[in-house]
Amino acid sequence: MASARPVLEAPEIGRVLTRIAHEVLERNRGADDLVLLGIPTRGTHLARRVAERLVAAEPGAGPLEQLVGSLDVTMHRDDLRRNPVRALGRTSLPPGGVDDRVVVLVDDVLFSGRTVRAALDALSDLGRPRAVRLAVLVDRGHRQLPIRADHVGKNLPTAAEESVRVMLEEVDGRDAVLISGPDGAPEPTTEPAAEPAPGAADAEGAR
Amino acid sequence: MRHLLSAADLSREGALELLDVAEEMAATQAREIKKLPTLRGRTVVNLFFEDSTRTRISFEAAAKRLSADVITFSAKGSSVSKGESLKDTALTLQAMGADAVVLRHSASGAAHRLAHAGWSGVGVLNAGDGTHEHPTQALLDAFTLRRRLAERAGGDPARVLEGARVAVVGDVLHSRVARSNVLLLETLGADVVLVAPPTLLPVGVGTWPCRTSWDLDAVLPDVDAVMVLRVQRERMGGGGFFPSAQEYTRRFGLDGRRLRLLPDHALVMHPGPMNRGLEISAEAADSPRSTIVEQVANGVAVRMAALYLLLAGEDAA
Repeated sequence: MASARPVLEAPEIGRVLTRIAHEVLERNRGADDLVLLGIPTRGTHLARRVAERLVAAEPGAGPLEQLVGSLDVTMHRDDLRRNPVRALGRTSLPPGGVDDRVVVLVDDVLFSGRTVRAALDALSDLGRPRAVRLAVLVDRGHRQLPIRADHVGKNLPTAAEESVRVMLEEVDGRDAVLISGPDGAPEPTTEPAAEPAPGAADAEGAR
Repeated sequence: MRHLLSAADLSREGALELLDVAEEMAATQAREIKKLPTLRGRTVVNLFFEDSTRTRISFEAAAKRLSADVITFSAKGSSVSKGESLKDTALTLQAMGADAVVLRHSASGAAHRLAHAGWSGVGVLNAGDGTHEHPTQALLDAFTLRRRLAERAGGDPARVLEGARVAVVGDVLHSRVARSNVLLLETLGADVVLVAPPTLLPVGVGTWPCRTSWDLDAVLPDVDAVMVLRVQRERMGGGGFFPSAQEYTRRFGLDGRRLRLLPDHALVMHPGPMNRGLEISAEAADSPRSTIVEQVANGVAVRMAALYLLLAGEDAA
């Protein structure tokens, strides 16, 4: 994608995740009762990276396996009937479960908020956390539901028809956040498309 | 996936995707809250023209765990006993807003007819048609086998069944389970051998992608699993397929002595219901290597996966 413009590169992503880890610790006054749940696919890897930084920063934080898990939201999505059928991701909770703990949901891009809505529903089937917070690498705006993030890596003003793509070493072989115009066209120097591209809403939770 | 009619319709990728989805479904069934909202607003009709307990209950549980509405329709006590045709029944179901039909019928090809005759646009899941196919049973057998072999050997779940050796023993002639299993296991790369008296092998078995044998004792030491089929005496009419039940048991029954011929890791499978004492002894059926109860539990997860793949996506119609 020659037309995609990078907005974050690997070193910045690393610094942003370190900051988020510290914010999470500060907000929670330590690592007690914390559980980080990543939303597959990329949220899972981000959750793991934040947890690694958290363990490094806080001597009292438990081993990584007690701290991090993944939460697949596919079966709770409200747009299943609008798209071809999706494969399922993995849900795995740390041994203590989520009851009475503070769950931090981690995802790559916050867009419409629908993925987070699905995650909250999925979470309520797994237990009753004491509190749920949300950490995202990129908040690109255009919310369709009353949802906000507690910890944001970067606020990224975008047009609805632009697409934001997060690439991670574990999945894509490199770390970057890219933004591109509709249909991968260069910056919208010409007239923008009359309607948002049908695929634009899928950029969130792209897998 | 539009319909699930035959194990032969599944590509290797399609079958593995279904097994992977079933693995996630099984994980949800280990939780306190087993119900998922995924198929809310969809209607699944269980259309059973033939007696069945476990398949019907399994499909019903699977659909309900995914929040679909389930209408169960058995031929007894319905208009079918008044002579209504499959076509008219299908039109009735469509008028009621069914999204998928799970069909069990005594006629081979009934599910194919319902899916392709142009009577209605609903998705069809074959839950056993005559002596032809029973694809979800084959899928749950493959799921059980894959899980157990992966626990033992580890490795890439997509390749666990490659080269696995499976013996299918007994009444192959009347068994829809055998045909579906042979086709699916071949797709997944397993090596299947059918063991049966010549009278209980179908005509044309030479064209199936498997080997055949008449000597169970010679086969058992080299398999990873033995699937025992039910002797379907209700389909045998006047008999004549084997001289006596005792002789069948002596030649092809899985008893304690034959159990000890199996390698240590080998599994004993049976699609149920069992004729204890005929094709399988109590010792074999209740031994620790028997997966018979596990197969039933896995059946729900596999059928959830099939319903999910059939119904969760955008409307194909």
